[in-house]
Amino acid sequence: MSETLVQTVPSPLRKRRFFDSNIIALIVLVVLAFPLPLLLDQGQEAVAIRVLIFAMLGMSWNIMSGFGGMFSFGHAAYFGIGGYSSSILLVNFGISPWIGMVVGMGVAALYGVIVGWLCFRYKLRGTYFALATFAFAEMLRIIVQSADVVNSSVGYNVPLIQGSSWWLMQFPAGSPNYFWLGLGLMAACLLVTILFVRSKAGRFTVAIREDETAASSLGVPVLRYKLTTIALSGAIGAVAGVFYTQYYLFIDPELGFGAYRSIEAILIPVVGGIGTIWGPIVGSVLLAPLNDITAAILRNPPPFLDFLEGRTGLDVMLYAILIIVVILFLPKGVFGTIKEKVTKR
Amino acid sequence: MSATQALSPAAEVEAPRRGIPPNLRPILVTIAIAAVVFFLAFLRTDGSGLILTQALVTGLLAGGVYGLVALGLTLIFGVLHIINFATGAFVTLGMYVTYVMSSNFGWNPYLTLIVSVPSLLLLGIAIQKFIINRAMGESHANTLLLTLGIGLLIENTLLLIFSGNPQSVRTSQDRVFNIFGAVATQSRLIAFIGAMVLALALFIMLQRTPIGTAIRAVASNPTGAKLVGINTKRIYIITFALGIACAGAAGTMVSPIVSITPVAGEVFNITAFVIVVLGGLGKVLGAVFGGLIVGLAEQFGGILFPDQSNLLGVFIVFVLILFLRPQGLFSSGS
Repeated sequence: MSETLVQTVPSPLRKRRFFDSNIIALIVLVVLAFPLPLLLDQGQEAVAIRVLIFAMLGMSWNIMSGFGGMFSFGHAAYFGIGGYSSSILLVNFGISPWIGMVVGMGVAALYGVIVGWLCFRYKLRGTYFALATFAFAEMLRIIVQSADVVNSSVGYNVPLIQGSSWWLMQFPAGSPNYFWLGLGLMAACLLVTILFVRSKAGRFTVAIREDETAASSLGVPVLRYKLTTIALSGAIGAVAGVFYTQYYLFIDPELGFGAYRSIEAILIPVVGGIGTIWGPIVGSVLLAPLNDITAAILRNPPPFLDFLEGRTGLDVMLYAILIIVVILFLPKGVFGTIKEKVTKR
Repeated sequence: MSATQALSPAAEVEAPRRGIPPNLRPILVTIAIAAVVFFLAFLRTDGSGLILTQALVTGLLAGGVYGLVALGLTLIFGVLHIINFATGAFVTLGMYVTYVMSSNFGWNPYLTLIVSVPSLLLLGIAIQKFIINRAMGESHANTLLLTLGIGLLIENTLLLIFSGNPQSVRTSQDRVFNIFGAVATQSRLIAFIGAMVLALALFIMLQRTPIGTAIRAVASNPTGAKLVGINTKRIYIITFALGIACAGAAGTMVSPIVSITPVAGEVFNITAFVIVVLGGLGKVLGAVFGGLIVGLAEQFGGILFPDQSNLLGVFIVFVLILFLRPQGLFSSGS
């Protein structure tokens, strides 16, 4: 039924070339970003790498909640599963993080599908769905925190190696390879997002978000596409977690599964633009450097901010103010608002 | 249209269909599960009645305070249809108001209620009037994110001002009472009784005063309420202020018991969500009873899974309720 529909309706999808504007923009972005580590100093490169991690985390949330319309409050789960999968395999069995990444993507996708299936089986929507994802992520954190099998609250240190190895995803501190690795992974995730959004599955997913009943009555297998979307989102979240762990060489339950990670995953696309391909990228470029800017201010405050010296909390305060301002004045996010202005003209 | 539909709780949840007497069943199931949990806990503790009584007493006493926080959350949800993710932050704020008043001016911690409640009411009015009312009627994700941002802002402002070091509020000697062999400190008893009294006062206010009637009218039918001349925006402001004042009052009353940090309210945030879903979104009495159940779940979870955080029991209850009775334990049918 759905097959015949899709074939008889003339679809712009069929005429589109592979190299559409999004793909070209992606290529331009990669080419422009490639020489960055040679131009930046070590501190700035660390910020650039955090932009990449944020971008992946944000893209992951954006696929499920932006394009899929399933509001997730528990994206830390995917991130943590990724980071933990790769570090458990690496620390205990000496298995390459690349394989750990594939395993982590699989486990995260599976976890997402199970949680999603349970939620849809019991017809949870909207706020209830968000609360359920939150509850599951918190349960994971609590269990990991007290399970000795996974080092409980201590977490994992990635074992250090001499020199650098692409296979073990480890380089000397400040090596430009970290940036290029992250850029490659980020570009791959972005490519997958672009391809997903313009694929049949992506269009069905957006149709389901807009009107589930209508999509279902036209023969779209709603549950299957919802779960596919969650699985894809979970897999990308896991990639972010693996890269994070390999870069910072450390993960613990709070860093991996903490509620704050879930909040970060939401903030990035919200600031950039929910449900747009480039929103998470814009959001991460805006949000990731905030930490360092505030850290610099607090370490060496200008005279009128003297009283702030050595204090913490300013970075998240700025996040919070930013999110309130964005929701009130740019509810479509920075990129979303710009896009709307441009296309209206 | 679809946006307004999504806002009403009934549209979000469809009760799983079942063809068995609707009213009694959930309560019987709850009692049965409670009995099984109690029995397992009995086995786990090798039949030590004392540990179980202690868990019961501690659970109920803590549950009363959870109930008051949840009452604020459920009130806001029932009227404004937003999940207030900043609830925990307002509890923390209540604690810090008490901490400042009692450590700087030597006030009795319980006396600081006359400062913490009015200041949270004022804050609530300002937040609803200048921030949330602007986003009312948009997607529920937006209002949820706004409260999340407000919560983060409050917590981190407190972190900036007071640093993350735990603070404590001194009380005069904490007497210990003996209840069926279990011990309960005076401060816990006061917190419980205070929470119950405030919950009762709020309940009476909602039932008996004109403003309470107006709030209930807006909750059940905003358009109708507007038609009979109720200023709904004003009711939203009052409701939000009352809701977070509950959280602040709870924070004041637990401040002698807990160690005060900028994230001390988080546990109240989590339990409040669980309680509100348990008791039925927007149900006042459900919040109070749900609070007691969650207080018990926390204690008995601690007995059944001694190596895990107490919250695991709470989350297990949460997920079971979400899946099996998303409309809440005490509501009949859908």
